[in-house]
Amino acid sequence: MTSTLSRLPALVPPPTELPPRAAALRAEVRAFLAEERAAGAWSPRADVWLSGWDERFTRELGRRGWLGMTIPVEYGGHGLGALDRYVVTEELLAAGAPVAAHWVADRQIGPTLMRFGTEEQRRRYLPRIAAGECYFGIGMSEPDAGSDLAAVRTKAVQVDGGWELTGTKVWTSGAHHAHAFFALARSAPKDDANRHAGLSQFIVDLDSPGVQIRPIPLLTGAHHFNEVVFDRVFIPDAQVLGELGGGWAQVTGELAFERSGPERFLSTFPLLTALLGELTGVSGTEREVGRIVSRLWTLRRMSLAVAGSLESGEAPELAAAVVKDLGTRFENEIVDAARTLVAIPPDPGAESGFARLLADAVLHAPGFTLRGGTNEVLRGIVARGMGLR
Amino acid sequence: MSEVLELAESVLSGSSSTGTDLDAALWRALEETGLARLTLAEAAGGSGASFADAAEVLQATGAHAARVPLVETDLLAGWLLHSHGIAVPDGPLTAVAADGDTLTRVAWAREVAGIVVLTPSEVLLLTVDGLEITAGANLAEEPRDTVTRPEVVAARADLAPGAAAEFRLRAALGRAQLLAGAARGALARTVRYAGERVQFGRPIGKFQAVQQQLALAASEVAASGAAASAAAATADRDGFGAPSTAFAVAAAKARTGEAAGEVARIAHQVHGAIGFTREHDLRLLTTRLWAWRDEDGSDAQWQAELGATVLAAGAEALWPLVTGTP
Repeated sequence: MTSTLSRLPALVPPPTELPPRAAALRAEVRAFLAEERAAGAWSPRADVWLSGWDERFTRELGRRGWLGMTIPVEYGGHGLGALDRYVVTEELLAAGAPVAAHWVADRQIGPTLMRFGTEEQRRRYLPRIAAGECYFGIGMSEPDAGSDLAAVRTKAVQVDGGWELTGTKVWTSGAHHAHAFFALARSAPKDDANRHAGLSQFIVDLDSPGVQIRPIPLLTGAHHFNEVVFDRVFIPDAQVLGELGGGWAQVTGELAFERSGPERFLSTFPLLTALLGELTGVSGTEREVGRIVSRLWTLRRMSLAVAGSLESGEAPELAAAVVKDLGTRFENEIVDAARTLVAIPPDPGAESGFARLLADAVLHAPGFTLRGGTNEVLRGIVARGMGLR
Repeated sequence: MSEVLELAESVLSGSSSTGTDLDAALWRALEETGLARLTLAEAAGGSGASFADAAEVLQATGAHAARVPLVETDLLAGWLLHSHGIAVPDGPLTAVAADGDTLTRVAWAREVAGIVVLTPSEVLLLTVDGLEITAGANLAEEPRDTVTRPEVVAARADLAPGAAAEFRLRAALGRAQLLAGAARGALARTVRYAGERVQFGRPIGKFQAVQQQLALAASEVAASGAAASAAAATADRDGFGAPSTAFAVAAAKARTGEAAGEVARIAHQVHGAIGFTREHDLRLLTTRLWAWRDEDGSDAQWQAELGATVLAAGAEALWPLVTGTP
């Protein structure tokens, strides 16, 4: 058969095996989580990286060296690899532990500051991020710029010694608790021939004069999202992140990190664990349980393969898009399985347990396939990667 | 591209998939390059390679819809004979687990030099002289024959402990590689076709609806390949006796089987009516996807087995099972 195989891009990197030291690290994290749960410090929740804000827990992780793991030691981090961080992250998510306070800072801000930040910016934020004492948000989306991020209208105007930011960011998770965020803004007039030019990133301390933060309650009624309004907020030159005008490349360069992690398929894993607990003595569910578990195991191996590829300095954007598309649909599949395999209605008023996990999962589910790039946009990336666009 | 894959691709690119008999020229080339007995020990005339290497070769074999009993010869028959102290004969081989005198749905039986039978207590080698073979086929028109066991066997040995379980896992692992490869081959052809076929004044691949479908197929192909390759890596690391390998193989065969139907469906939808005709080569890949997903344990069977394992272990053991770290 004449081959066209060479014309298909690699859709997933080769399998990654964790280094031998990972086993000891994993055991340590598991023992700590078991202790915390035994002490009643928190109960497992769905979608913890959005909803589980617990600063005590985050500081405790910092104390144990499980934040800023890939940040060099000279900046207060631990100089470990992406795979070490992967092990800690997946254990925390699988346990449904409250990781929201440090989530953005640990996943995106740290690596981005290492890549694009100035010495002064690194010294200012990284040690506190690694200690679990400094929390961040991400300011990308706007009312008229969602999937089409290049349409951002927040304006940065050059003034003496810095910039003035005016505009509105939305869906900013945790901004009401966070110390700072990265804002993507237009620092040069829009050029229709090159929509991605003229965008820059700014580090905004959220207590700056002119910043207003308003809650946007989710379906559950809980306050995690915010609208952040800037009215001529002064940003000193020292708080410009990376290259002026290089914002687009900086933002999209991080996507393989952001899209392929275990949080893209584990948001509802605590519900699956609770479901198995409810299935004791129920007959005839083996096939459906096996189907879900085979999909889960596969996703984890795919996500690990991308992590291994990132560790060796590659940027497998296509594979990351695939992991996120499959993974976020899988998070919904767990919800469907929970609904169909047992007859326990969701109870948003329950303190914990299956009914509460199911209620949170159902109401959080629409977000899974939206945040960080909708599945339709991701499939567009995959189609382009295969040479169709 | 790894060296072994490059070699496999160069050999396979000359293969022809139309026909229902063994591709003798291709088999000779596989024999000459050492690919025909890749994982078999060097002491038995094999190359002593890893399952990771075999995974690459077998996925390429599936992608080319090549008509050769590679899994049967190397992973099953060769291994069974060598591990039971029986000399491995030359030529293509096949293997079947059976209890009784009539062996059913034996892969490639009419084309091979020897048939290895795994009975509940023994391993037997049948040479083909005097065998009564009735031709049968799977959906891809590959030989799946009925064989009547003769009075006299060429060699026999007592079945080693664990060999029956390992045989089952090896067969499923090999089939998963072929499935992953055929899925990739079907996608590659379909992407190419979508770039060539013009309707409404544009290649159909320019339409968003078609792009979204092809991206969905791509994610299934990616999952299929990742599952099959990861299971091979687990077998290399932990061996076939380990619960982690049993778990990985079950998950991989379930996942590749599930992906097969979805990829075949989208491939045909994008090809339109021409792909649904015998004159078009798409069938060579999609009929294999449909045939192979139900061989060596269907996705439903492996899902049920995996589910039973998980349910027996209990809720708290799920995550340790998935990560392979008790």
